[in-house]
Amino acid sequence: MELRTEQDIVRARQAVRLAAQELRLGLVDQTKIVTAASELARNTVIHGGGGMMELEVVTEGLKTGLRLCFADEGPGIADLGLAMTDGWTSGTGLGLGLTGAKRLSNEFELDSAPGRGTRVTVTRWK
Amino acid sequence: MMDRIPILQVGEFLLVTIQGDMHDQLALSLQDDLTSRIEKLGSRGVLLDISALDMVDSFIARMIANISGMARILGAETVVVGMQPAVAITLVELGLTLPGVKMALNAERGMAMLRTAQAQEDDLQNVDQE
Amino acid sequence: MSKSENQMVRILKSGDKEILNDWLNELKSSASADGRISASELQSHAKEFLKLLGESGIEKSGEISSAGAAPLRTFLETLSRSRAVQGFTSEQTATFIFSLKRPIFNRLRRDFSKDAARLAEETMLASDLIDRLGLYTVVAFQKSREEIISRQEADMLELSTPVVKLWQGVLALPLIGTLDSARTQVVMESLLQKIVETGSDIAIIDITGVPTVDTLVAQHLLKTVTAIRLMGAECIITGVRPQIAQTVVHLGIDLQGVTTKATLADGLSLALKRLGFVVSKPKA
Repeated sequence: MELRTEQDIVRARQAVRLAAQELRLGLVDQTKIVTAASELARNTVIHGGGGMMELEVVTEGLKTGLRLCFADEGPGIADLGLAMTDGWTSGTGLGLGLTGAKRLSNEFELDSAPGRGTRVTVTRWK
Repeated sequence: MMDRIPILQVGEFLLVTIQGDMHDQLALSLQDDLTSRIEKLGSRGVLLDISALDMVDSFIARMIANISGMARILGAETVVVGMQPAVAITLVELGLTLPGVKMALNAERGMAMLRTAQAQEDDLQNVDQE
Repeated sequence: MSKSENQMVRILKSGDKEILNDWLNELKSSASADGRISASELQSHAKEFLKLLGESGIEKSGEISSAGAAPLRTFLETLSRSRAVQGFTSEQTATFIFSLKRPIFNRLRRDFSKDAARLAEETMLASDLIDRLGLYTVVAFQKSREEIISRQEADMLELSTPVVKLWQGVLALPLIGTLDSARTQVVMESLLQKIVETGSDIAIIDITGVPTVDTLVAQHLLKTVTAIRLMGAECIITGVRPQIAQTVVHLGIDLQGVTTKATLADGLSLALKRLGFVVSKPKA
């Protein structure tokens, strides 16, 4: 799914909510991953200059979950360690989005460097 | 998709009910609309009903905190009502505890809180004037 | 016939009825024949299994994780789950699969009667594949059993942490036993839900029955208190024993203005006061 405008952030939330419901995630788990998606989608649109979200149902052995991947070709993050510090902002709250999404997910992966864009993957298991 | 969130006037208070999916621009418009409305009507309180929100992220949390802060400067108290349990748990997990924002369980209690706050304000003012 | 094709799969793909019949005979005489499953049900299970195995495209490698074998894996998971729910043992469930060996070996012996080396090889491959399928079934069975057990635990949890209405607007949650992450989450959710449902202003969490409070437990309690505040209600923690008070201070846990009382009675008294109630005894 393309993430370019604010409307896309809403569409992303709705898509994740639907997928989480279909996967029969508990209500709190649903809310957590939808909120994480909202944060990351916003990051992608506002800081990453637009990008994509991929959504897939994953299985590992006999457990199932929802995996979201947000990728953009934006400026990238120079200091990953600093970015993941609570409360770090690059002007308008990029840091909180990342740490927030990490707290709300079971798995979190961040891949970014200046000039290389950013790629964030989060997973919520059932 | 809504263009603007409706603001209802209830006596000296303003009632705002936030429905479903709110996009960022809508949140910003709401802040503007509310502040101008408070000023124009001299409202003493704002009741922000979020019982229909099934998700509150950092942007919306900030909006709520902003509304509360700006309203207070303009002389109005804000009470947020109807936060869903799943939303509360998620916010706590995010570490966003909205300090300084008043909360109530439902609209009824929220209104009571606003009236009490208003009465207290009035009392204080009366004392000042004596 | 491709070089990498598994012979057993090839035989089954051809839709041979003989193997099915032989296998059903095996099953009838083995331990998995049980009054709980009717003969027709067993037959349909066996038929479906053979069909899916034939269509799976599993190769000589015996790798069962391919996309083509997905329907087969799903079938085995469903089968295991239903057996688990019905109360079968994992042994009985696996025997269903393993008993396929003899019919297969008999057929292989016929097909490759003139080639001893080939027969040995194919028998080995078929045996390996059946073993893998049997193991997969057992693992799926264990998983189902675990899910059933944890669901029963959750039910018991519901029963053992009842939220009680002490007064109009006052709920109490007496916690008993150890608090772990999963349990606290369940408890938190149900308490918050009850607060909304009953429109209660104050929730009293009583930890008299909780033996130890470590940093993790304290954090969970704090999260619960904060969540309750966000919803517009208040939370009082009662049953804080002297040892716990000491632990909290020693661990440097900041209770951040959380109201605590030593006993549930004190908590109720405070709650009533906060709600504006006055308890009085009429003069005799």
